[in-house]
Amino acid sequence: MAVDELTATELRDRIAAGQISSVEATQAALDRIRRIDPQVGAYLAVFHERALQAAHEVDRRIAAGEQGGPLAGVPLAVKDVMCTSFGATTCGSRILQNFHSPYEATVIRRLIEADAVILGKTNMDEFAMGSSTENSGLQKTVNPWDTARVPGGSSGGSAAAVAARMCFAALGSDTGGSIRQPASFCGVVGLKPTYGRVSRYGLVAYGSSLDQIGPVTRTVADAALLLGVIAGHDPADSTSVSEDLAPVEDYLGKLDEPVQGLRIGVTPSFNAGADPAVRKAVDDAVDSYRAAGAEIVEVDMPHLDYAIAAYYVIATAEASSNLARYDGVHYGYRTPNPADYIEVYTKSREEAFGKEVKRRIMLGTYALSSGYYDAYYLKALKVRNLIRGDFVRAFERCDCIMMPVAPTTAFRIGEKVDDPLKMYLSDIYTIAVNLAGIPGISIPCGFDEARLPIGLQILTPAFSEAKLLRIARMYEARTDWHTKRPVETLE
Amino acid sequence: MGDLTYNVIVGLEIHVQLATRTKMFCGCALTFGEEANSRVCPVCLGLPGALPVMNRQAVEYAALAAMALDCKVAEFTKWDRKSYYYPDLPKNYQISQYDLPLGSNGFIEIPAEAGETKRIRIRRVHLEEDAGKNVHTAGPYSLVDLNRAGTPLLEIVTEPDLSSAEQVRALAVELQRIVRYLGISEADMQKGHMRFEPNINLVIEKAGRQFKTPIAEVKNLNSFRALERSVAYEVRRQLDDFLETGRTMQMGNKSTRGWNDADETTVLQREKEEAHDYRYFPDPDLVPVTTTPQWLDPIRSRLCELPLQRQVRYVGEYGLSDYDAGVLTAERSTADFFEQAVRSGGDPKRICNLLTQVGLKLANERGRDLRGLGLAPESVAELAGMIDAGTISASAGNAILQAMVETGKKPDVLAQELNLIQRSDAGELEAIVDQVLAANAAAVADVTSGGKKSQKARGFLLGQVMQKTKGQANPKVVAEILDRKLGK
Repeated sequence: MAVDELTATELRDRIAAGQISSVEATQAALDRIRRIDPQVGAYLAVFHERALQAAHEVDRRIAAGEQGGPLAGVPLAVKDVMCTSFGATTCGSRILQNFHSPYEATVIRRLIEADAVILGKTNMDEFAMGSSTENSGLQKTVNPWDTARVPGGSSGGSAAAVAARMCFAALGSDTGGSIRQPASFCGVVGLKPTYGRVSRYGLVAYGSSLDQIGPVTRTVADAALLLGVIAGHDPADSTSVSEDLAPVEDYLGKLDEPVQGLRIGVTPSFNAGADPAVRKAVDDAVDSYRAAGAEIVEVDMPHLDYAIAAYYVIATAEASSNLARYDGVHYGYRTPNPADYIEVYTKSREEAFGKEVKRRIMLGTYALSSGYYDAYYLKALKVRNLIRGDFVRAFERCDCIMMPVAPTTAFRIGEKVDDPLKMYLSDIYTIAVNLAGIPGISIPCGFDEARLPIGLQILTPAFSEAKLLRIARMYEARTDWHTKRPVETLE
Repeated sequence: MGDLTYNVIVGLEIHVQLATRTKMFCGCALTFGEEANSRVCPVCLGLPGALPVMNRQAVEYAALAAMALDCKVAEFTKWDRKSYYYPDLPKNYQISQYDLPLGSNGFIEIPAEAGETKRIRIRRVHLEEDAGKNVHTAGPYSLVDLNRAGTPLLEIVTEPDLSSAEQVRALAVELQRIVRYLGISEADMQKGHMRFEPNINLVIEKAGRQFKTPIAEVKNLNSFRALERSVAYEVRRQLDDFLETGRTMQMGNKSTRGWNDADETTVLQREKEEAHDYRYFPDPDLVPVTTTPQWLDPIRSRLCELPLQRQVRYVGEYGLSDYDAGVLTAERSTADFFEQAVRSGGDPKRICNLLTQVGLKLANERGRDLRGLGLAPESVAELAGMIDAGTISASAGNAILQAMVETGKKPDVLAQELNLIQRSDAGELEAIVDQVLAANAAAVADVTSGGKKSQKARGFLLGQVMQKTKGQANPKVVAEILDRKLGK
């Protein structure tokens, strides 16, 4: 088996056993990037030397009999929304195109402490605003399964890199579906952990109360492996949960233990808007659980229909404030010839922000304006509470909820760029999860007639990632969707 | 002006910099005068991805201030973002408290006329982070120094209960004493630790009708003098303006003015109150704050008698003048020292004199407090006792106190060493008086004749005795002997 066919977990074990060197694996990934990425466009930056150096170091230590960290020698990619103290941190935006962070995100530090090899930073919708990665201000990324189609977004670069085996796993971030939806479009596993499970320190903020970092991987086990490394309380992030309240579990340890007496909640009427192929794949997946002994219950979540409306008020309100700092004064892009300091602000932002970012800043600014606050922002918060309540009540009757990740498979590049509402609707199944703060995973569950991947979304209550991963693994263990690869037309 | 009368109405907004070790939301040290942008980190620079973490000490200090100002301390409060664009504000929003301030509905007592006090209501007390500083260079650009960005500020807003420039100043001074007493701020005006923004207008009664002048807010005053004078100036200006134009308060005609320190006038900055929309909303990066009794009770135990209460008590209990009581209570350490000396048995007035005439002078010169000079309250009490017993004169007492600071020796040792013990032995002094009387027959005659020169001649004789004893005779004893011998 070629090195790049291994999962992250398998690779980790073989490196630890001295069967494969990290340099070999890193070189293989770099070779693939060199050959394939010119067509895919997943990476914004590749750290060849740095990665090989880190790999060498791991190999040297393992040869010396040392025990490496939990990711020793495994080459990974990270979405360019997490600050690294090496290379630029661009957020896919021209306003940060040349921004070099003097500090690194807590998750990056944890990856490095776990002896991971960081290959590079992946493309994304500008400031994580988008569902197709078409909003990147820097580069186009295509879907490895069909290069005429989008990889999904906003973590499209990470999902495409994992799908095209240009890394063994990656990190993405998910504010309204930005890990799960591209994972679904690219046929890989994407996990959005519970809000507060993973530190946001060093994650460039879009919607602070919704953002969460999570793994994009080839298998459920790899997601469990990565989550174990990045999860945990961080004193630098006040919204990260304390170990007393929700201890980090051994996600990998009991992964293969099926959940006994599993009760699955389904939402048939809510799923009605999805493409038939998507509905069928999801229904088949649920049936497969039923066949294995699970009980299926229909759950009523009356407020899910309002999730998109609430999301586009809350996320944009927070974004309008979070993105105020990109003003050309302290760092990032500055307009070349401002007449006065007001023009430093207005022209720098006008020239360097993309259309979608401007649209969301304006939406959010409007929602927070005096006289509109109660009607929009406050009302959206109330809806958010109702949606939380829907999930709490639903989980009284079931262990998990299953539904599609997205209403369609990967759409064509350019298909929705001029219709923001249509684009927003592609997040209909993922957004409520962020509003509720609960964890959700997307795992491959089939293909449509065009051989485009379909994802199954599984949701569980807050801080029950261990159970979520076990439920996902039950399906993965019985199917082989996750072993399918994009046709190598890219080679 | 005929039958015109007016009342001055002032509300005050005060920013006090808290003396925490680190900034409000990051671990940067609070310092003054360091090299520009040397006390900064990703958080206070507002770098992408950086997150604030609340400084608990700042909240505790603010709670203590709120308690001292008799405010209701919120059981539940939160942090809000206040949005505006300015180069010294790196995130372009300030983390503050909007609708749930930490403290509300309190009051402060300030000294008023004739030893009375006046109660000024406090509307709210809240915490927020300071901005940095724009440095305007001679060149075609400005520089930004963010060392100050993120410094914890306590904002205190009074109700419009102040009715003169003097009262405004008195409140500011009183607040300075209070925050220093509580140990929550150095309140050093030179370092900009206290900044004031008075809102001023007049209610004018004229020809049986009432008129209100438009409110003016004077921004960013950082000395008591500027505060008092700007209010006084505004009173005159608004009165003149009313007489000239008849302009009165309308919706939206509140103006913002700046203080010109050079010619002592206020200058119009914004005519109409700008429709400023700060777009406040709860900061999603910070969790709400619940103030439990378990947290607040130990803080409450750090409350102490406030300076003005103490001052009033000194006048009543010890018979000190209001002025002296004010000097002794200006600093908590001085008042504590004074009270301990009194408890050690010294006469309050005597101790007060020693401290105000010598101790505080030396403390000031050396930039220390009384204990920092190496003085012990017990020793000062002992010294006061020596004066009261007549062992030494009052002026010798002052000299000994100074020597105590310089040498660290005990007062009785110094009195011996410096030869300052008064001679009160009647027999010994009588012989000297006899010598003086024998040598100054003319003066003796002047005294006994009882004429105009009598008093002066007696003083002369007394002086001669003191001279012969090199000033060490107890003047009281000498006078008694002298009067007896001269048959008075």
